[in-house]
Amino acid sequence: MSRDTMEAAGLTFLERPNSYIGRSVPRPNARRLLEGRGTYVDDVPAARLAHVAFLRSPHAHARILSIDTTAAKAMPGVVAVVTGAELATLCTPWVGVLGHFKGLRSAPQHALAVDRVAWVGEPFCAVVARSRAEAEDALGAIAVAFEPLPAVVDMETALDPATPAIHAELGDNLAFERLLDVGEVDAAFRDAAVVVEETFHFGRHTGVCLEPRAILADWAAADGLLTVHHSFQAPHMMQDILCKHLSLPEHAVRVICKDVGGSFGIKVHIYPDEMATCALALMLKRPVKFVADRLESFQSDIHARDHRVSARMAFSDSGDILALEIDDLTGIGPYSVYPRTSAVEANQVVNLTGGPYRHQAYRARARVVLQNKAPTCQYRAVGHPIATMVAEGLVDLGAARLGLDPFAIRERNVIPDDAYPCAGVSGIKLEQLSHQAALAKLKAMMDYDALRAEQAALRARGIHRGIGLAAFIEITNPSAAFYGVGGARISSQDGCTIRLDPQGGVVASVSVTEQGQGTEGIIAQVVATAVGVPIERVRVISGDTQATPYGGGTWASRGAGIGGEAAWQAGKALRANVVAVAGAILQLDPGRLDIRNGAVVDAATGTERMPLSELGRIVYFRPDTLPPGLQPEFVATRHYVPKDYPFAFTNGVQASYVEVDVETGFVRLLKHWCVEDCGTVLNPLLVDEQIRGGIVQGIGGALFEHCLYDAEGQLLNGSMASYLVPMAGEMPDIDVVHVVSATATSEIGAKGAGEAGTAGAPAAVVNAINDALRPLDARVARQPVTPDVVLEALGVI
Amino acid sequence: MAPEAPQRERAIAFTLNGESVRCRAPARTHLGDLLRHEFGLTGVHLGCEHGVCGACTVLVDGRAMRACLMLAVQADGATVETVEGLTESGRIRDLQDAFHARNALQCGYCTPGMLVTAVELLSEAVAPSREEIRDAISGNYCRCTGYHAIVDAISTTAEARRSKEAAE
Amino acid sequence: MKAPDFAYARPASLDEALALLAAHGEDAVPLAGGQSLVTTLNLRLSAPSVLVDLNAVPGLSGVTQEGDVVRIGAMTRHRDVGVAEIVRARLPLLAAAMPHIAHPAIRNRGTIGGSMALADPATEWPACCLALAATIVLRGPREERRVAAEDFFQGLYATALAPGEIVVAVEVPVPAPDAVWGFDELARRRGDYALAGLAATARRRGPGLTAVRLAFFGLADRPVLARRAAAALEAGDLKGAQVALADELDPPEDPGTRPETRLHLARVILGRVAGRMLEGGRHGA
Repeated sequence: MSRDTMEAAGLTFLERPNSYIGRSVPRPNARRLLEGRGTYVDDVPAARLAHVAFLRSPHAHARILSIDTTAAKAMPGVVAVVTGAELATLCTPWVGVLGHFKGLRSAPQHALAVDRVAWVGEPFCAVVARSRAEAEDALGAIAVAFEPLPAVVDMETALDPATPAIHAELGDNLAFERLLDVGEVDAAFRDAAVVVEETFHFGRHTGVCLEPRAILADWAAADGLLTVHHSFQAPHMMQDILCKHLSLPEHAVRVICKDVGGSFGIKVHIYPDEMATCALALMLKRPVKFVADRLESFQSDIHARDHRVSARMAFSDSGDILALEIDDLTGIGPYSVYPRTSAVEANQVVNLTGGPYRHQAYRARARVVLQNKAPTCQYRAVGHPIATMVAEGLVDLGAARLGLDPFAIRERNVIPDDAYPCAGVSGIKLEQLSHQAALAKLKAMMDYDALRAEQAALRARGIHRGIGLAAFIEITNPSAAFYGVGGARISSQDGCTIRLDPQGGVVASVSVTEQGQGTEGIIAQVVATAVGVPIERVRVISGDTQATPYGGGTWASRGAGIGGEAAWQAGKALRANVVAVAGAILQLDPGRLDIRNGAVVDAATGTERMPLSELGRIVYFRPDTLPPGLQPEFVATRHYVPKDYPFAFTNGVQASYVEVDVETGFVRLLKHWCVEDCGTVLNPLLVDEQIRGGIVQGIGGALFEHCLYDAEGQLLNGSMASYLVPMAGEMPDIDVVHVVSATATSEIGAKGAGEAGTAGAPAAVVNAINDALRPLDARVARQPVTPDVVLEALGVI
Repeated sequence: MAPEAPQRERAIAFTLNGESVRCRAPARTHLGDLLRHEFGLTGVHLGCEHGVCGACTVLVDGRAMRACLMLAVQADGATVETVEGLTESGRIRDLQDAFHARNALQCGYCTPGMLVTAVELLSEAVAPSREEIRDAISGNYCRCTGYHAIVDAISTTAEARRSKEAAE
Repeated sequence: MKAPDFAYARPASLDEALALLAAHGEDAVPLAGGQSLVTTLNLRLSAPSVLVDLNAVPGLSGVTQEGDVVRIGAMTRHRDVGVAEIVRARLPLLAAAMPHIAHPAIRNRGTIGGSMALADPATEWPACCLALAATIVLRGPREERRVAAEDFFQGLYATALAPGEIVVAVEVPVPAPDAVWGFDELARRRGDYALAGLAATARRRGPGLTAVRLAFFGLADRPVLARRAAAALEAGDLKGAQVALADELDPPEDPGTRPETRLHLARVILGRVAGRMLEGGRHGA
């Protein structure tokens, strides 16, 4: 069929009649959550349920000399006490490396540490009991003898020859190193009119999902089925890994991820305690549940963003960026996390830093080192906030030195909107970005000139306000280039199966998953639009390896772009099937028929020919009346994976307006703006709230969140009271608008939006603080920007 | 009269979502666990169990309280309302509608506690400013939304209630 | 994170409560609002064998005025202290401090007596009581005794409470007609424990102040009445008052904030509070 014919038939994505695309449709599944009727893992009932609690290392690094579980086993309610050595007979260890990160090294990691613990909070012994309280009671009765070992805490000295190797077999603590050298970097710096440099420190922080990690595993020996309810983002990945390490065939493991109380990348990794819980269910042949409490969450959830980046940028006298050089050092804990590895964040920093700009000389070094702290891994906007801060911080320094306005220097240096497709200097392939349009839109929406005037007027009265900008790019819609090529069995393709039922209802099952971002809502919109039914008649099933097509789940901003395209293709296929059957029954050319609002209609006039309920009645209950040889297929499945580009890059620019109290060092956020381009906006209501939530998470890292360790590797602030997350009182109102550059790699044209807010917010806020401090000749480059940091910059303390 | 001896478990009776209920509760069990396990009120969410996150907030004798910081045995004689009861009574239908329309929730884990906190605020303030709303919910942690939409939804509800009262 | 096992009693009278505490000795702990105690139980940071719940004891709640003294029952909830008519009229410092205590759900349950007995050095009520020259009323098995706030707070979570005693009330003298007060607190987020806080009272004398009482919180192991700073302020020497704080305060080592920062912040809020009091008003933060 030609494109003209397709359009005439209403077949293209955006031109469908009665389309739900681009409309702010409230999420169908949100009502349940509003009534307190969600089903999170801890809400799942199970007969004979046992609860597990873990004994965790109090030392950053120690040898386990002995464990005496005798007294614990005799405690009331105790079902079993299991050590690492005992569990290792059921669950094999893993190593978090991938082939495409050449040279990446880690050591075998067990579900329960066997003879050595390597961070404070590493589990090494489990108590299973009739209640969590009784399990915790028994933990206190286990006697353990440790021999403390030297702890590697400071990443700056982790590579010193005098520092012991955490894993002796590796020889040293370097897990991974990447070097990139593009263009004439040395010459560019030599010939530059202006060179600016800065060392940026990023505080290690963590996700703090409000629902802690949770897993309930139930081994039904008679069925040969391990059913796992998991607060998780990638059920098929979990299924595959459970099979591998528990030596079970694929059909023996079912992973169900119903409601998930926040994830942000925290719940897409393999955690020792969760693997142990599944192994214990196998061992004990009864359901076992683990719900992390908040203290163990802080010690055992993955951390992220523990980076120090020294960087410099060269400018011409007219303000062109000539070259960028960065040196990134990151500490990842004692193990590279399985299966995605802990090298990705540093790798992203190398790929993304300076990504919005058109300079042709770039040198980067990233070193990933092991240390005795909680493992780090991919957390929302992996590497992006670091990359954005480094480049945007340097651009602002350059602008100040050159006497250029922050908007002007960015407008001058971004890759022009008409230059695409092209490659970024790090080698990333860019299909279509819109930096210029985004900058123009931002300038207008924030009324930039008026804001500058207000800032100047207040400055004269001793009030120090600042305006900060941050242009960014975001990686979304990853193909197999992200993990699959390195050997990880993580699906980059996703699928959708849609079934039309007799009354005209539609059931869509999808392999992308829902953690609150609105995946199911988006899928319902796409399916309703594609098939031609009211959205109220669409039911979406996700998060069940036994009930959905195979796929990757939701991470790296892929749910809408990849899952949505699969749903669109499946919906189109189902509509074609249905229309063909209707044509046969009505003796009309199917090419002249369409489905709209739940009825088969004449495509040209919209005249109703037959409601879907009548078609369903005939097909399901009176197939004997169908024309001979016609076998209706009212189910269609399609899969999708991006192929033309390894990733769909998006872009945007954020601005922050802050007031710094120069006496106290406190920062007040007055307002935040974001212009973002995620391609087709499927649902503005959902996209905008993804952006806003992401921004506040970014602000958390910029101002508040920090996992603080002492020199012995003890976590000092592992509670909700002492680890500060952004609360409503300090957060600003946030304006969000969009530029739309649809990707041509899919028919729906949607890219991801889940991480854009987090990618740009810290740089915007820190640049705003520095803008406020500039007249005082002070600047900050250490996150979180606490009163300590500001007062130190001001020379007050 | 000699005081009664301390007990590790007590029989308690209280009014829960409008129904009079009785049960035995271990002394060490907090109210959040009792509501979840004894009465299946899984809308009471536990996010930190040290009183900071606000996810377990319920109404006790009409006031918002942390269910994780009250012992279950202390509910004896009290009136306790959870999001389930507030839903069934229809008392927060408008608030829930506003949250839904504004997408003022994502993962939904903070939502029951957030709604309960909003119920108390709206019972005390007729026309709360955005600043007052932010202040009132500043003990309820939401990791997903960034709070803006929640402030909008509560503000919209307050406004609608004012208009409705003015019309009546 | 579940509390260890313990036994629970809910006495119906003060005498019963005291008898229970006496009978179980140091293993027994009184339970007031529980907003700190239940936290420590859940975290297994404390493991008393008996909790004596004061919530059913009659006569421990409410705010009354008798002559020149406002009496606040120990079991009066934070919120009820702050909104009480007598408090708003006579002790506006307390009304101004109340919204800084944690968050609504905590203020609905936590009590002023519990806050006194816990003596967390970063909380508002103890400092306010110091500034207002309050008296803490204690009841033990044998007697009732009154302890000046200045003598009550003795160290980190340490008070003049003897074993078996409980706080039954806080008595606050009604400030003179020419009294002024000030309150300021710097916390990273609303409701957080203070990095630096100050509750202050004084009387106006001409263009200056007299009878200055500066009670700092979050700046030592207990709330601190900064006497030398107060004297300097009475002498009109704000700078001297700020300098004096270096000796009078001993900010804690805390992972997120340097002691130097806290001391600096104390000086800043002293300047701000003093400025507002000198402007002559009854001003809060």
